[in-house]
Amino acid sequence: MSRMSWGILGRTLLGRLGGMLAVLSLVSVLVFLLTRLAAGDPMAMLLGDQASLADIALARERYGLDQPLLAQFVLWLGEVLKGNLGQSIFLQTPVSQVLLDRAEPTAWLAIFSVSLAMLIGVPCGIASAVWRGRWIDQCVSTLAMLGASMPSFWMGLLVIQLLAVGAGWFPVSGYGEPGAGWLTRLHHLLLPSLVLGTLNSALIIRFTRASMLDILGEDYIRTARSKGLTESTVVLKHALRNALVPILTVLGLTLALMIGGAVVTETVFNLPGLGNLVVRAVLRRDYPVIQGALLVIAGIYVIINFTIDVLYVFVDPRVRHG
Amino acid sequence: MTALLPRLHVRDLHTRLLQGDSPLPLVRGVSFDLHDGQTLALVGESGSGKSLTALSLMRLLARNARWECSGQALLTDAQGQQHDMLKVSDEHMRQMRGHQIAMIFQEPMTCLNPVLTVGEQIAESVRLHLGLDTRAARAQALRALEQVEMPAARQRLDEYPHQLSGGMRQRVMIAMAMVCEPRVLIADEPTTALDVTIQAQILALMSRLQKDTGMSMLFITHNLGVVAHHAERVAVMYAGQVVEQAGVHELFAKPAHPYTQGLLACLPGRARQLARQSGQAVALQDIPGQAPAMNRLGSGCSFAERCSVSLPACQLQAPPWLGIATHARLCHLEGHP
Amino acid sequence: MAEWRLLLKTLFARRVVLIALVLLALMLLMAAISQWVLPHDPMAMKVSQRLRAPNWNHWSGTDELGRDITSRIFYGARYSLAIGAGTALLAAFFGTLLGLLAGFFKHLDAPLMRCVDAMMAFPDILLGIALVSILGASPTNVVLALTIVYTPRVARVVRASTLVIRELPYVEAARAVGVSTPRLLSVHILPNLMSPILVQLSFIFAYALLAEAGLSFLGVGVGAEIPTWGTMVAASTQYADRAFWTLFFPGMAIVLTALSLQILGDGVRDLLDPRLKGMQ
Repeated sequence: MSRMSWGILGRTLLGRLGGMLAVLSLVSVLVFLLTRLAAGDPMAMLLGDQASLADIALARERYGLDQPLLAQFVLWLGEVLKGNLGQSIFLQTPVSQVLLDRAEPTAWLAIFSVSLAMLIGVPCGIASAVWRGRWIDQCVSTLAMLGASMPSFWMGLLVIQLLAVGAGWFPVSGYGEPGAGWLTRLHHLLLPSLVLGTLNSALIIRFTRASMLDILGEDYIRTARSKGLTESTVVLKHALRNALVPILTVLGLTLALMIGGAVVTETVFNLPGLGNLVVRAVLRRDYPVIQGALLVIAGIYVIINFTIDVLYVFVDPRVRHG
Repeated sequence: MTALLPRLHVRDLHTRLLQGDSPLPLVRGVSFDLHDGQTLALVGESGSGKSLTALSLMRLLARNARWECSGQALLTDAQGQQHDMLKVSDEHMRQMRGHQIAMIFQEPMTCLNPVLTVGEQIAESVRLHLGLDTRAARAQALRALEQVEMPAARQRLDEYPHQLSGGMRQRVMIAMAMVCEPRVLIADEPTTALDVTIQAQILALMSRLQKDTGMSMLFITHNLGVVAHHAERVAVMYAGQVVEQAGVHELFAKPAHPYTQGLLACLPGRARQLARQSGQAVALQDIPGQAPAMNRLGSGCSFAERCSVSLPACQLQAPPWLGIATHARLCHLEGHP
Repeated sequence: MAEWRLLLKTLFARRVVLIALVLLALMLLMAAISQWVLPHDPMAMKVSQRLRAPNWNHWSGTDELGRDITSRIFYGARYSLAIGAGTALLAAFFGTLLGLLAGFFKHLDAPLMRCVDAMMAFPDILLGIALVSILGASPTNVVLALTIVYTPRVARVVRASTLVIRELPYVEAARAVGVSTPRLLSVHILPNLMSPILVQLSFIFAYALLAEAGLSFLGVGVGAEIPTWGTMVAASTQYADRAFWTLFFPGMAIVLTALSLQILGDGVRDLLDPRLKGMQ
């Protein structure tokens, strides 16, 4: 690469990095504010009805809750940058530990769901675009819209009724015993992954279809056809390769959003994941956990977003060569 | 002496856009013949239907709209067989495209796939139509690039379109189109988007290639200057119709249709010439008015409202073809100088 | 005006969109007249009739307190649709404001968009949960919370469109002539934004409907006493295995309404797209 293009590249990357840091700072402020406003006073809940005002005051001091809000924010941020997310009030374990414990089911659920969404969504989206307006397009589009109209818990409950309770093929809920093997875990993950996968494929279908339609209208597709290439070559080799990058972007972002966004499904299937954790923490007013979890969830999304942006710079040959 | 079969014989081509209540006629009865080694220039302003004519012949009309084409377009292949491009099956047409007849387009910037190398975009044609394997196809692609005088051809094979300048991209387009040695090349304003200096180079290249291979060329342009130097015959289009067809020298010396006369009079060079001849200053000419909207055409001549010498009959009756086989015009006016 | 007629004409041309419109109209009608035209009192509890399967008397069966589900669905339409519509309109309003400002004023763009990015880094549901916890569980608060959740989405779309419209020749011409900025924004740019805003309205209505259901299911929504479709599904969880209809019918109401809204949104978008790109 020429020295000049390295310079442009470097500047682009720095710009993106700056943006990411700005967003992360805003995210941390939001997380802090939201948590403090939402959690109310956890001390009363923790100590119970019998606690005296003096006890509550002492506890507040111990947790640093008597200090001004800004001071608390700076303290917390400082700790976070050192890697310390605080201590859960209710579980009396470090928040980072709690998050790690809960990460596994959420991560697997996210991976399986997105994979399923991709396997269903991309081919359907391509077919929809290629045969635009015909019955296959109408069917796929309507099914995609149906998928986007279904409350995930409704579908989850239906699926549980039919396949778990009714047919007995799958466990009704949970993640298996603490020491269960990976096969059992897989068995428990299949139904929720099915639900999330099909619902998310709706978005993928629509996006793939839109992306492909855009590209199929480009001049170079007409050139490809003018060379007498077969339609499948035109679609799969010439069009898809151009559509792939935005499609992969959406898949990446969907994955990121599922890290905390699968709350409802996790609740329905009783999976001990991150989303579930946040809801419980909110109900229990366990603010260190809320803060830590929200920060990690949003932070992961921003970082994945940034990574995709950076990858674009390297993957797109146009940008690469300045 | 038997007349040689024209390589491409187009008769009464009509293209209609199907939209709303009534179909919109955009190409209205275009006919021409193209012989081996000959260049026919299709000249007209934007919206006259020249690009649509080409796209209709190639069956590459935009897919997000519905079209209706009628007429005859007989292409004689290398074996002497005739095929009606408008009537053969989609699969048959696909096989002919890129092999018997090829097309290059106006915008080299957007007409090449940005994520495939130049070499690959040329080689895939070769693999498809000539059945060569990967290595042989690549060698053929290299030869094609050398033929179009691409500097550092071997290196270019593995480069991407955005790494090349406009002129180089157009050379790639030409190489892609010609690599399978088609008998007919349709060039839709191939130099309009290029710098003037590059334009001359590309035009010279195309002329040379044509002489070397003996292929025929349908050259679409709105630039009369280009026509003068690179075509043997000219067909002037207006509002979806060919209004005059002639040999290039004839057309420039003795334009018979009022529109052609108007076009030529618009050339600054022409004004200068007239000024020199008459010894007086001559104002730059233009043709008053605008091209008609295609959905509001009357039954008469479509040029009538802008024509300085029109007769009352011109607005009411469709004009006939007048003149001789080698120089004809669509006009009511008899014996026009 | 001619534009609206064209819009309506083309909307009616597509069968699916027509069906969607009809369904939506029915839902709205239901909500409006439910007070007078109900088979049963939606609040009347008849414990002897609890968890009855669908029959001639109760078309969708009865719930765990003996209440007629069909009537409750009709009655609950008011709340669900009101929450959805309220969210959509408010989010559209604030989102347009933000998007216009960000798209038009270059120095406001970066800060506003970073804020939007920060808000969109949170999954909708989590943000919704946090906000409702802060504000308290009630229909108004749910609308408020969901408005905050969906405003960034609208802002992004409006900003993108504003950036394009700002560069249009006639907008530049208006500026050159000296049209004041407020007038420029409201008279020249805003009308062109109507199309994407309408599309967004439709979709956010659907998302809000689904979000409210999810929040109610998790117990952080409007509160169990208010009969929205979401709370109905939430309440049915325990009885789903023996009284399937308690889960099925309220859920179907959500699905059909959200589906109709999305079909409508798509229809409007498809119509406007070729018009924007131009067939010339």
